[in-house]
Amino acid sequence: MTKLEPRRLLLSVAAPVLALLVAFVVTSLVLVAVGDPVAEVWKTMLAAPRPRQMVNIVNSATVLYLSAIAVAVGFRMNLFNIGVDGQYRVAAFAGALFAGQAWLPGPLNVLLTIVVAMVAGGFWASIAAYLKVRRGVSEVISTIMLNAIATGVVQWLLLKVSRQEQGSNAIGTTPIPKSSRLDGFAIVPDATNHVYTLILLAALVGFGYWFVLGKTRFGFDLRATGRSESAAVASGVKVPRMVMTAMITSGALAGLVGMPLLFGQDFQYGTTFQAGLGFAGIGIALLGRNNAIGIAFASLLWAYLDQQSNGLQIRANVAPELVNIIQGVILYAVVIAYELIRRADLRLEQARVARELAAQSGSSHLGEGARA
Amino acid sequence: MVVPRHGRCAGPPASEKPPAAARARPGVCAITASATRPSATAVGDLAVELEGITKRFPGVVANKDIGFPVRRGTVHAIVGENGAGKSTLMKILYGVQRPDEGTIKVNGQVVNLHSPSDAIRAGIGMVFQHFMLADNLTVLENVVLGAEKMHGIGPGARQEIQRISDAYGLDVHPDALVADLGVGARQRVEILKVLYRGAKILILDEPTAVLVPQEVDELFDNLRELKKEGLTVLFISHKLDEVLRVADSITVIRRGTTIDTVDPKSVNARQLAELMVGSELPSPSTEESTVTDRVLLRVEDLSLQGPEGRPLLDHISFTIHAGEVLGIAGVEGNGQAELVEVIMGMREPTSGQVFLADTDISSWDVREIREAGVAYIPEDRHRHGLLLEAPLWENRMLGHQTEEPNVRGFLVNAAGAKADTERIVREYDVRTPSIFVTAGSLSGGNQQKLIVGREMSHDPKVLVAAHPTRGVDVGAQASIWDLMRQARSKGLAVLLISADLEELIGLSDTIRVILRGGLSGEFDPDTVTSEDLGAAMTGAVGRAHGEPASGHEPDDQDERPHPSTDDGGDR
Repeated sequence: MTKLEPRRLLLSVAAPVLALLVAFVVTSLVLVAVGDPVAEVWKTMLAAPRPRQMVNIVNSATVLYLSAIAVAVGFRMNLFNIGVDGQYRVAAFAGALFAGQAWLPGPLNVLLTIVVAMVAGGFWASIAAYLKVRRGVSEVISTIMLNAIATGVVQWLLLKVSRQEQGSNAIGTTPIPKSSRLDGFAIVPDATNHVYTLILLAALVGFGYWFVLGKTRFGFDLRATGRSESAAVASGVKVPRMVMTAMITSGALAGLVGMPLLFGQDFQYGTTFQAGLGFAGIGIALLGRNNAIGIAFASLLWAYLDQQSNGLQIRANVAPELVNIIQGVILYAVVIAYELIRRADLRLEQARVARELAAQSGSSHLGEGARA
Repeated sequence: MVVPRHGRCAGPPASEKPPAAARARPGVCAITASATRPSATAVGDLAVELEGITKRFPGVVANKDIGFPVRRGTVHAIVGENGAGKSTLMKILYGVQRPDEGTIKVNGQVVNLHSPSDAIRAGIGMVFQHFMLADNLTVLENVVLGAEKMHGIGPGARQEIQRISDAYGLDVHPDALVADLGVGARQRVEILKVLYRGAKILILDEPTAVLVPQEVDELFDNLRELKKEGLTVLFISHKLDEVLRVADSITVIRRGTTIDTVDPKSVNARQLAELMVGSELPSPSTEESTVTDRVLLRVEDLSLQGPEGRPLLDHISFTIHAGEVLGIAGVEGNGQAELVEVIMGMREPTSGQVFLADTDISSWDVREIREAGVAYIPEDRHRHGLLLEAPLWENRMLGHQTEEPNVRGFLVNAAGAKADTERIVREYDVRTPSIFVTAGSLSGGNQQKLIVGREMSHDPKVLVAAHPTRGVDVGAQASIWDLMRQARSKGLAVLLISADLEELIGLSDTIRVILRGGLSGEFDPDTVTSEDLGAAMTGAVGRAHGEPASGHEPDDQDERPHPSTDDGGDR
């Protein structure tokens, strides 16, 4: 018997593939129902991305990956951090504000800005963590409300600190100095744009997530709490402290979400800074089964769908929001499929254990009765 | 009274404690067991007939080819060990699960039960072991809930409840608040609920598990009343003496199949137990005393205030020496769980101290206490002892995730933990195909053996064991008793909390009874009878009756709250 059974591997790949098929069918039905050109839509969605789009997909996936890992940290201990959205915006604002001051030279400014962003994200998450631990407020409710508050607070502060740019309605923080901007890597041939330098940060975060959760005592405690809080308490885990730690870690990682955008694309925080990344992260974490590698694939899929939907309006005369339907159906299908597979897996294992034990006792314990 | 597996003819359990003694006089018990089937009755007299019921069900014992008749107007008992398949059978009969094969006939008609509502329509009602009553509603409201269409929710319903209560002597008052009712009364409300819905065949699942001996007598009177009125009762139990007292016919189930249907008049408890177990009965008796004078666990004047001002623990003090087993008896919910939680550091006591040898550990947290050498076998292994969806080797780490060989520094030592899990599986006879299967796929007994093995693997000084053999099969029960005995002879101080009086009497050096958070004086397991303990557990008798046997000096705090008051006693 080994840990990696082919059956289990097959089951875990089958679910997302199945979900994609279901999404394909359902979306097609929707298109048919409203009289949109089905063939055109899929031709656009499934066309091979051009080099420039490839880079966009990778970049977008980088950001989504960070967001999903932040969510996954909470998920692993049954905490639903819906507040990644607010946390990353607060953090990105704080980071941009700090980086714009240019107190430190080039790369040092980048590093310290990242720290500032993590602190800001962690702080924002700690409010929800404190409310949960001390007041028993569900983190789902408090983080949703903190998202709304984050929007207001950031807007208000932005108005205080920013100047309107010339010839534009957009406002933003002071742009970060040239020396702190990260040019990125030209790894995709024939593409004029570059892959974010901070893709390295995403890789590091992914590795750290896998290592800390899977290989450390802290990770064991966290996973134990997620699997059974009562058993964790009895095993000596201080659950309130664990909730604080996990929530703040989740928030700190959420703080990283805006960093690739800040240093590789926008160079300031303004009204045009990308929103909604936190919510996408929830879906991607689910799709990737809270697994560092799984989330990477899920992020790429998400980014791919987002990118490919841009051409829908022009080529098929269909609103690109169609992609939201596709993503939504994928999520529903995959969550249902995972749960069904999880149950089937448990049942199959119970049956197998019973069968193997019966076979064992048939050969070696025969006749010894119950006393053996 | 609550003495399973001891023959009536073999004398009181305490006297046959050393196994040798029991074996020395087998003749006493040798009344020939003419385990005859009840005489054939006309089909019209049968309320229920089961034929060839088979249910394949992964992981647990399934039913295979179960068949027996139940005569109308009788109490028919179904006995079998935990996991023998009784519950599955009852779920099939109540329409919760469907059999793969076989037929069920009710009143001579083949019925197809797809859901509990089908079962109710066929006149079958079920009283569950765990009551399903809303505390903040009255009896009337609880009874009509979900059956509003039958007699309305007003005077009609009240009248009907009164009528049923009077007809069967249930003594239930429609307007009483359920929260104010005792366990026995709640059970009668459950029975009434089923009768109200028109059931003529009642299934009672382990109805005496939650009752004290005196309440059991009352319940049995009620059952006789029901029987007299022509109702049929299916009574599930594994307490053989109770079954022998109340049943008109007994079906024994073992490993998922019917072994025999016997007449209670022709068998004794020991014969019945052997039918049930199919092998020699395990005995929990310990050998000579290993008690030393070295105090390992000392609890001093421990109190815990409940949310409503009622003390959950009421000035509890005791000491356990190395090599001593202190057994705590009591009806569930009298503070056992809280006592364990306080000792293990999961709850802070309102006042009082816990000492491990000479160290005050009252303010330590769970992890510190466990690291200091307090092993813990929790009452509910699924909630507190295991991660059901995690592999065995991760479960081996649980509770000891800061100790060798599970970790190295702050890192998990997976190789070490896995190797040691293999050792535990081997040494403690955990039946599993591998250490990578999830804990949830093992049987209860094997799960418990894993827990015991894990807890004994860290050189414990003290063992806190709550209901260590609850819900495990006989084989595992015997080996867990062996392990407890080994722990004792290795010089551990053992706190044993159990609802199984035989287990307590057999394993303990000293027994005390917990009632409404207070501890009684000490009982000597060599001389105490389960009737004595039963009386102390209910508080129905004065303290003089439950007075400990000679040789022990009762502690000062031997002031039990008065049974009549509910305000926390008269301390």
